[in-house]
Amino acid sequence: MRGNADVCEMIAPGNLAATLELIATAPGEWTPIAGGTELMVAHAAGRLGAKKLVSLWGIPELRFVKTASESIAIGAGTTFRDLRAHEGIAADFPLLAKASSWIGSIANQSRATLGGNLVNGSPAADSSPALLVYDAEIELVSVRGSRRIGYSAFHTGYKKCAMAPDELLYAIHLPLRFARHRQYLRKVGTRRAMAISKTALAAVALIENNTISEVRVAAASLAAFPVRLYQVEAALLGQAIDAQTIRSARAALVAEAKPIDDIRSTAEYRRQVAANLLEEFLVECGSEGSRQ
Amino acid sequence: MSTSCPPIRFTVNGEHCAVQVSPMKRLLDVLREDLHLTGTKEGCGEGECGSCSVRMNGELVNSCLVPVLQAEGAIVQTVEGLATDGALHPLQKAFLACGGAQCGICTPGMLMAAAQLLDINPHPTMGEIREGLAGNLCRCTGFMRIFESVVAAAADESADEEKQAAHAR
Repeated sequence: MRGNADVCEMIAPGNLAATLELIATAPGEWTPIAGGTELMVAHAAGRLGAKKLVSLWGIPELRFVKTASESIAIGAGTTFRDLRAHEGIAADFPLLAKASSWIGSIANQSRATLGGNLVNGSPAADSSPALLVYDAEIELVSVRGSRRIGYSAFHTGYKKCAMAPDELLYAIHLPLRFARHRQYLRKVGTRRAMAISKTALAAVALIENNTISEVRVAAASLAAFPVRLYQVEAALLGQAIDAQTIRSARAALVAEAKPIDDIRSTAEYRRQVAANLLEEFLVECGSEGSRQ
Repeated sequence: MSTSCPPIRFTVNGEHCAVQVSPMKRLLDVLREDLHLTGTKEGCGEGECGSCSVRMNGELVNSCLVPVLQAEGAIVQTVEGLATDGALHPLQKAFLACGGAQCGICTPGMLMAAAQLLDINPHPTMGEIREGLAGNLCRCTGFMRIFESVVAAAADESADEEKQAAHAR
């Protein structure tokens, strides 16, 4: 059953202050819509519950990439085309640039926003594993002010986020400190373009004196929301990369992952493939001179 | 409720338009039903197939996923806007010459995606062409001829540029 546009209300306040005022007057009543690559699909299929929408598209205060001395701030309304075209992102956060190039197609990338990808909260979100390993912070804004939380605490359940009904996602902050880290991101799907992940794994590691001195590993489609794999990280921290370390890290991943069977894949396949991706990363780290 | 909405204004293929429709009406439907520009096709209606690709403010978009309110003030180009003064666009000529169209449903979207690609990257590699058109599905499976059409159009455009440069010298 097709959605009926005539029963939907939509307004475009055009700036951030007016948008925050509107959603504060009736928290939860207005559903924000940015590039529409998720909500318009639901609307077309008659699955969109929301009948009152507030457009965030074209709000200039939400679309920016700002580089400071120790971090980079990305406005929630920044599109994946913007991210792909940004030299600073490509240089300092190559995993995010890579993920941006995978999202849907060119036509989706020119409309889909980083904020939308996160707020939508899909377990398979393409940008999430990279943001988790880069230790991103999320800045939320409302008429009450703004606040920051670690991105690893943002997703709280399937399609649930730690946001109040009167809040909007304002920016994503990434610390500029990964120049020396080994970095890895690989997605496994049915084809390169347009595919939703069966699973995806991101990792960064700092290797000093042959030992892993810092590590973060994150995955898509291994749980109800994109997750850091803390047990895998614990199995790796302080270890040299050898066959024993790889075995124990694989075992930790298999124990920690909580994938499901669905139309795209099976839990068992996802567990195995994610463990293979982890091993690929560790082998790359172990071989001299490899980067990313 | 559509009658109570103020008109939504934008430019399509160089002409100013004002439509009085629900702000949630898809740009695709406004183009086809209100502006009678039926060159833009609906395939999947969910952003997967690229049949409804148009250009909006210089970016390729799926018009099935654009609520028309978000096109307010935009500059939109559809397949009808490719030909100029009755002369086919080099891509259209190349699609004809190379057999780049079979049933034709995907063709307008393919043309728009290819036009976007060549505007940004006039001399794409085959890999870049494949990526540029990866969001556009052809179910006649004429992909090779479509890619060859884009190669031919790029060569045709560079030949034109060289001729113009030669004249200038």
